Amino acid sequence: MRILAVIRQVPDAEESIKLKDGKVDLSSSKLVIDTMDEYGIEQALRLRDAVPGSEVVVLAVGPERCEQALRGALAMGADRAVLVVAEAFLDAIAVSDVVAQIARKEQADLILCGGQQADWDSQALGAATAERLAWPQVTWTNALTIEGGQLVGRHDIDAGTEEFTLALPAVITTQQGLNEPRYPTLPNIMKAKKKELRKDPISDYGVTPRLEVLGAEVQVRARRRTILDGKDARLAAAQLVDLLRKEARVI
Amino acid sequence: MILVVAEHTNGSLSKSSYELTEAARNLKREGPITLLVLGSGVGAIASQAAQLADQVLVGDLPELADYDVEIWAAAIAQIAEEGEAHTVLMGATRSARECSPRVAVKLDAPLIEDAISLVDVDGSLEAEHYTFLTRVTERVRATGPIVVATIKPGAFAPAKPNAEAAEQYDIELTLPQRRLVVTGRATEKSERVALADADIVVAGGRGLVTPEAFTELVEGLADHLGAAVAATRAVVDAGWRPYSEQVGQTGKTVQPKIYWALGISGAVQHLSGMGKSKLIIAVNKDADAPIFKETDYGIVGDVKDIVPALLSELNKTA
Repeated sequence: MRILAVIRQVPDAEESIKLKDGKVDLSSSKLVIDTMDEYGIEQALRLRDAVPGSEVVVLAVGPERCEQALRGALAMGADRAVLVVAEAFLDAIAVSDVVAQIARKEQADLILCGGQQADWDSQALGAATAERLAWPQVTWTNALTIEGGQLVGRHDIDAGTEEFTLALPAVITTQQGLNEPRYPTLPNIMKAKKKELRKDPISDYGVTPRLEVLGAEVQVRARRRTILDGKDARLAAAQLVDLLRKEARVI
Repeated sequence: MILVVAEHTNGSLSKSSYELTEAARNLKREGPITLLVLGSGVGAIASQAAQLADQVLVGDLPELADYDVEIWAAAIAQIAEEGEAHTVLMGATRSARECSPRVAVKLDAPLIEDAISLVDVDGSLEAEHYTFLTRVTERVRATGPIVVATIKPGAFAPAKPNAEAAEQYDIELTLPQRRLVVTGRATEKSERVALADADIVVAGGRGLVTPEAFTELVEGLADHLGAAVAATRAVVDAGWRPYSEQVGQTGKTVQPKIYWALGISGAVQHLSGMGKSKLIIAVNKDADAPIFKETDYGIVGDVKDIVPALLSELNKTA
């Protein structure tokens, strides 16, 4: 079985986002593997180890700097990596075209990717990739095993959860709760430096995005930040109710 | 035409369908606003949709009794093509968010996700949406003869019904085979107002310390205020509360008029799910908790003391 784990390199969740010339500028941001994708890498490794003869290929489509994220995934235990170097902005629908082409070329059986990407705030990548390949998909998966060549798992739906079985090939999107991603050990970080990391230029894939970013704003909502001391609970509660009634006029 | 994929739950048109219709009306693009109602036994829902739309297309089939992403995507794309739609609007439920990309790929269309505004500028669609865990508002432009967009709940006011009901048409659909085999389903029902539709949300976190305290204090205040109950990831992971109540990056995004954060520290993953609320009120015993930076009114104190005091104060003056 060949598993393709798709990752993105995104700014750390705790970082504030900087703008330059009306666009997001990540040049001075601390960049990490999207946490949602870490669950995908971890699950890929577990499934590989459960099915003898399997291989995990980790893929990123993005700027040259994504090599660092891919090395991180290799240090976690992925077998090899592919970076499709694209410096310009590509939206999820455009990237899904690249992922699908690589999945075909690599003859992947299973694609794992994060349920939502922390840069685009998009949930489209997994589903769009599945559609391009005419594969089925399961989103927001929080349990996944392989039994008799079939995927067996559980995922979140609009109001609750659903248990499922699904034949391969398929696309699965991952989220927190699926597993505990491992930390790379020092020997594995060293080993990762020698693992294969292939780079393709985006021009090899003939992708034209039809979504363009015109501008960006960092909005800070001005909050009142009226903070009351709650040592005397009754007094604080009375003050709060009074403020909500007279100042905010919401009760 | 503008194709609006209606959302419905429990035999009734969802609030999101009214908001999607408003977004469609605001666009002022040519052609009829067409609501598509998919399901089984959806006659009453279609009649509700007829009050909003210029025309209603109804796919009322036994095969559509249970949602399946591939079947829905095939139906929506087929109708969009046959009706020569230039715009397809969908909601922001999990199912709409996972279905819309498949529709976009089938139609070879760009996809705008979770739009908070949507306008036609010289034949292209321009939208604003949040990115980078809602820390940024980006303006995007989608070009092409057909565009698919999902609309964020609360971004548009609910559309007012028309004076006259629109015509309803039954549609014929060519549907694919179901491939995902569902072996079990656990749905969560609540007597309270739905989280996504609530004007007031009362949320609890680890600061409640026990599930019993969560029930007593968070549900207690929510019931008093007629609010929906929400929870943080930590509390859902601990098994205190169902996933359907989770707000944050991996849960629901809400934008109520008032959000009460009780015993919630305010991790960025949680803030990304509620940070756009109109008014945020927080109670936390840690004065340095990040939630207080995002707070309009806060009390530094133990929720176990503050919430009962609040309830008695609200009762006193009600």
